[in-house]
Amino acid sequence: MNYVRDVGALVRKDLLLELRARDTLPAMLLFVAAVFVIFHFALPGTPSRLETTGFLWVAILFTALLGLGRAFVPEREQRTFDGLVLAPCDRSAIWLAKSLATLAFLVAAEVVALPLYALFFHPLRGATVAAVLLADLGICGVGTFLGAMAVVTRARDLLLPLLFLPLAMPIVVGAVGASVSASPGRYLGFLALYDLLFAVVCWASFEYVVAE
Amino acid sequence: MGRLRSIPLPALAVSSLVLVTTALAFVFFVAPNDANQGFSQRIFYFHVSLAFTAYACFIGGAWNAFRYLWKRDPRADLESYVWVHQGLIFGAMVLLTGSIWAKVSWGRWWVWSEDELVLFLVLYLFYCAYFMLRFSVDPGPQRANLSAVYALFGVVLIPVSFAAIRLAKEFLHPRVFTLHGPNFGGWILVTYCVAQAAMLVLAYTLYRLELGGKRLDARLRDLRELVA
Amino acid sequence: MLTASRLGKRYGEKRVLRGIDLELPRGGFLVVTGSNGAGKTTLLRICAGLAQPTEGTIERSAARAQVGYLGHEPLVYRELTALENLELYGCLYRIPERRERIGMLLERFGLWEARHERVAAYSRGMTQRLALCRVLLHEPELLVLDEPYSALDEAGAGLLDSQLAELRDERTFLLATHDPARVEPLASGALALAT
Repeated sequence: MNYVRDVGALVRKDLLLELRARDTLPAMLLFVAAVFVIFHFALPGTPSRLETTGFLWVAILFTALLGLGRAFVPEREQRTFDGLVLAPCDRSAIWLAKSLATLAFLVAAEVVALPLYALFFHPLRGATVAAVLLADLGICGVGTFLGAMAVVTRARDLLLPLLFLPLAMPIVVGAVGASVSASPGRYLGFLALYDLLFAVVCWASFEYVVAE
Repeated sequence: MGRLRSIPLPALAVSSLVLVTTALAFVFFVAPNDANQGFSQRIFYFHVSLAFTAYACFIGGAWNAFRYLWKRDPRADLESYVWVHQGLIFGAMVLLTGSIWAKVSWGRWWVWSEDELVLFLVLYLFYCAYFMLRFSVDPGPQRANLSAVYALFGVVLIPVSFAAIRLAKEFLHPRVFTLHGPNFGGWILVTYCVAQAAMLVLAYTLYRLELGGKRLDARLRDLRELVA
Repeated sequence: MLTASRLGKRYGEKRVLRGIDLELPRGGFLVVTGSNGAGKTTLLRICAGLAQPTEGTIERSAARAQVGYLGHEPLVYRELTALENLELYGCLYRIPERRERIGMLLERFGLWEARHERVAAYSRGMTQRLALCRVLLHEPELLVLDEPYSALDEAGAGLLDSQLAELRDERTFLLATHDPARVEPLASGALALAT
């Protein structure tokens, strides 16, 4: 299908760009490690499992924001957004491809971050890892969409966290719930529902974000 | 919708005044004291009616956003924005009355245990971000598009956030309406309905007021352009 | 191909275009001139479909896939090679046998040797030539070119001249330039924008 090929070509482009530039992923890795260390100093006494779980999700969220803020930088700085908009491909393919590429970076960062968390604080449950994957989908989908919106504004980097954090609240609830609750299934189901719902909304409305 | 629009503004203003005064009278003189909560119950009438009104404003904003994107009606962008603005004004009142109620009920000006209050805070932050977005883009079709899309996100966020909070905790917010119908009767219900009607009419009056003002500004600007 | 009526564009308080009427029939070659800030770029962007007018109407009988736009920015990724850039656009524009077409264009514009180098290493002239490759890649019906001769040296300009002459009868052109004399022999009409 053409759509899949378009998305594939665009994802390949983004992965290539990051491979060449090598700035976003290393920054995310370093950031998440530094944040964990800060948490240690910011939590007086011995933090419980509940507290450190919460901080894990804060770390993931802000590391993701770091990556998301950089997502459309090549398009913005080199004005190549115009090139993508002119192409006859479905506009939502631009969003989907960018989300998948950002997802790849986020997962790559978490491959390091999660073992690091287990090392510094507490071992991880299977449900937590599942929650991480599901939450990543929502974070990247919604975050990329909002990143594209923020890129055309004057405030740009300032605006993305403001737009994103209220929408991220349900992700945090679902993710933390799955990480600590005795029955994580409900929370994981909720995360999946969030991902699906907002993926549909993003997919359907990216057309309007792109139109000038 | 068209019939609503034809109601003249002065009539709306008078109705608002009458209804709000009546509501105040009902709340302070007619409604009986709640056995458990006493005075704080009175704040609750306003808090809940304000909350529903704010939600109605946000939904109105989203409806007009949808109309803008679907029908390409240029007037809908301004209407959407004014509804969201009203939602923020009433939302601020919700948070304020909620805070007062928390102080009276628990002795602190803010409690995290009140899930619906927390939820409302999240939505409030969301719509504040709407404003930041709107003022960060030059007026034009792009700003209208972005605002409309974001307003629609907001309305999707409302039920999702509700579900999130419901998942996270049991009910702590004393339910005014239970699944079997209002768990109070008589004068309490009447008072609530009066308060709710008052808030809705007030919101609509302020909406019409602001919309009229903004339309006038736009018309003036267009005229100035023509002359220049 | 392109009809605009009372076109206007406003960015916030700043008015960039006002009351533009434009008629570009199929096979025409319209040259747009005007000093800097007169709105040439904005007009071309609207014609290419990148921007919406705030007043007036524009009708374009070419679909997105049939429009080629060359703006002030080359619209290529600097960290990718020329080949990778054209491969990307080739895929997005669904060009059949794109390898051959890309190769042919790179050869014609003298970029074949440099095809595996990143665009960041290119000179301005080379980048502009790559941009021309990008524009011509999908053989568009309507070519919207915004000052295409800028950044080109004599050799590059000569290449562009011959390309335009070759395609003159098959395509429709909307071209903005500071040097209208150069395209005078090809033009079928002119539009001068005042500030």
